[in-house]
Amino acid sequence: MNPQERKQDDNQIDTYRRRLLGGGAALAGAATLGPGVFFTSVARAKPDDQPVSSEVRWGFLIDTNKCADNCNDCVTACEKENGWGSGSADEQHSRPDQKAQWIRKVTVRDKRTDHSMSLPMMCQHCAHPPCVDVCPTGASMKRADGIVLVDKHICIGCRYCMMACPYKARSFVHEDLEHQREYAPRGKGTVESCNLCVHRVDKDEIPACAEACEEKAILFGNLNDANSEIARRLASEPSTEIRGDLRLDLGVRYQGI
Amino acid sequence: MKPTTFREISGTSAGYYSLLGLLALLVASGLGAAYYMEHNGHWVTGMNNQIVWGMPHVFAVFLIVAASGALNVASMASVFGKTAYKPLSRLSGLLAITLLVGGLTVLVLDLGRPDRLIVAMTYYNFKSIFAWNIILYNGFLVIVAAYLFTMMSRAANKHSTKAGFVAFLWRLTLTTGTGSIFGFIVARQAYDAAIMAPMFIVFSFAFGLAIFLLVLFAGFRWTGRPLGDYLVNRLQRLLGLFVAASLFFVVVFHLTNLYATEHHEVEHFILAGNNVYSGLFWVGYVLLGSLAPLAICYLAPFRASVGWATTASVLVIGGGLAMMYVIIIGGQAFPLQLFPGMEVSSSFNDGVINPYNPSVPEILLGIGGFSLALAMAMVAIKIMRFLPLSLSNAETDPHFTAEER
Repeated sequence: MNPQERKQDDNQIDTYRRRLLGGGAALAGAATLGPGVFFTSVARAKPDDQPVSSEVRWGFLIDTNKCADNCNDCVTACEKENGWGSGSADEQHSRPDQKAQWIRKVTVRDKRTDHSMSLPMMCQHCAHPPCVDVCPTGASMKRADGIVLVDKHICIGCRYCMMACPYKARSFVHEDLEHQREYAPRGKGTVESCNLCVHRVDKDEIPACAEACEEKAILFGNLNDANSEIARRLASEPSTEIRGDLRLDLGVRYQGI
Repeated sequence: MKPTTFREISGTSAGYYSLLGLLALLVASGLGAAYYMEHNGHWVTGMNNQIVWGMPHVFAVFLIVAASGALNVASMASVFGKTAYKPLSRLSGLLAITLLVGGLTVLVLDLGRPDRLIVAMTYYNFKSIFAWNIILYNGFLVIVAAYLFTMMSRAANKHSTKAGFVAFLWRLTLTTGTGSIFGFIVARQAYDAAIMAPMFIVFSFAFGLAIFLLVLFAGFRWTGRPLGDYLVNRLQRLLGLFVAASLFFVVVFHLTNLYATEHHEVEHFILAGNNVYSGLFWVGYVLLGSLAPLAICYLAPFRASVGWATTASVLVIGGGLAMMYVIIIGGQAFPLQLFPGMEVSSSFNDGVINPYNPSVPEILLGIGGFSLALAMAMVAIKIMRFLPLSLSNAETDPHFTAEER
């Protein structure tokens, strides 16, 4: 066995070990909480030394019926986690319309019936993301597991992705920043957006917004795993994609709209 | 027709240096403005997370479109065999290069990270129309330079028709790429239309010729070189044709949108809104930028007049900038339709007309790019033989000896 094969073999053993431990932990958790009760679906993230796999497709299922009009918990949690908005002392010069917003609450009202609802809007992590298509340098990219994010090292700040995004999910950093999270680098002159808390997902944790939502309106999970809660609910309950007419195959789905 | 003699301009007059000095000052202000915006960040501009492309893009896209159009006079001669335009080919190629350099300078200096230009040149995503454009723009500079070489070098002259043909095809592709920057944007109501590519090509004919005429007239008048009314008349009518064709494309574009109910809101916003965009569209583009120059180019009292052709050209340039503003800024000002038919609101300007107030540095940068293009052309005609000694009727009118027009 050459060193490379040995490494691969070791990695495979690591994977088996992690699966076993992960499964065991989930089992123990479920036993503690009671049968059939899960706080989250078990996220089986990749080990750090392996590339992400397209067998996984991360996504959200957002139930707008549970999303309260005046609640901003998901936004605040994202700000704190990723160091923007109220989670950062930066962006003091920028006007409100220049400040970054990775996630926002949108109120939607039907003009004919006056019915209104509130929902969180963020990067929809499209399978066919227009931002990735238009990016000249490839800075705007989609990981194999469906997470769409920006490589801040090669973003030239042309803002074409912002023109192309149907969801206005992206922000441009309009000034120098000093207080950044080491896992969520930001920089003047580059574009940024929700990255599904990729640093947490890679550690088997769930995104900050989903964790912060007390109403459990935001469910995170692997859309490709038929046994995950998100996949089971999507299979049994109706859900929609925003601007589904664009056929972008979104990673974020909504209920109640 | 006699063979054309080309000669450098003397360029020693006070007028020449004053104008060059003024342009240098404007270029310096543009560079200063760019430094100010990059040093502080874009918060000092009128741009924001809704209007992400502002005044610099209005100028940059206008200049890039005009650049490909400026080459048109040369193409008329080499590709379409209109020999009357042959003496103008060198100036046509020169302006194509300088206008493109001016436009690209503005575009690059407005990037969030202009220091990463080398990244843009070394990392390519070939699905991006922007990436294609980087190749198309650089290729254009090389091809037009080669085309100019075939025109100006006796040894290479036999290849000039072929080079002209390649340059013509390349410039059509280039403007297709520029129009498609907007045409390919599916997310926005004001864009997402295949007609935008050909519309930009026709715009380029008009904008490019207008700038070409201004430079030609200024160059000839200020150096006292003869310019016959035969060529002025032809160029004036050609400008009219391009303006009419541009207007036709704009009408078809909006008519098509007006037919589809889903586009009614955005069309109402652009065409009949109580906003700067509707004003710029009707007064800036349609009335002053199209109908007025059309009248000047085709009605008898204004014909074959350098003064009127200059007026028409200035109007076409003003109208073109107005149209770019309407397309680029207006298209972003109209809110994205997240939930078609529904009313939306948020902390991120959802559902509202996005505000934009162009800032002084943005405008200075745009004007700086324009000035750079003109200054480069001014220097070039002084050091190389771009301008003919004479464009009198005897030089340009193929029927001159037979019948005086």
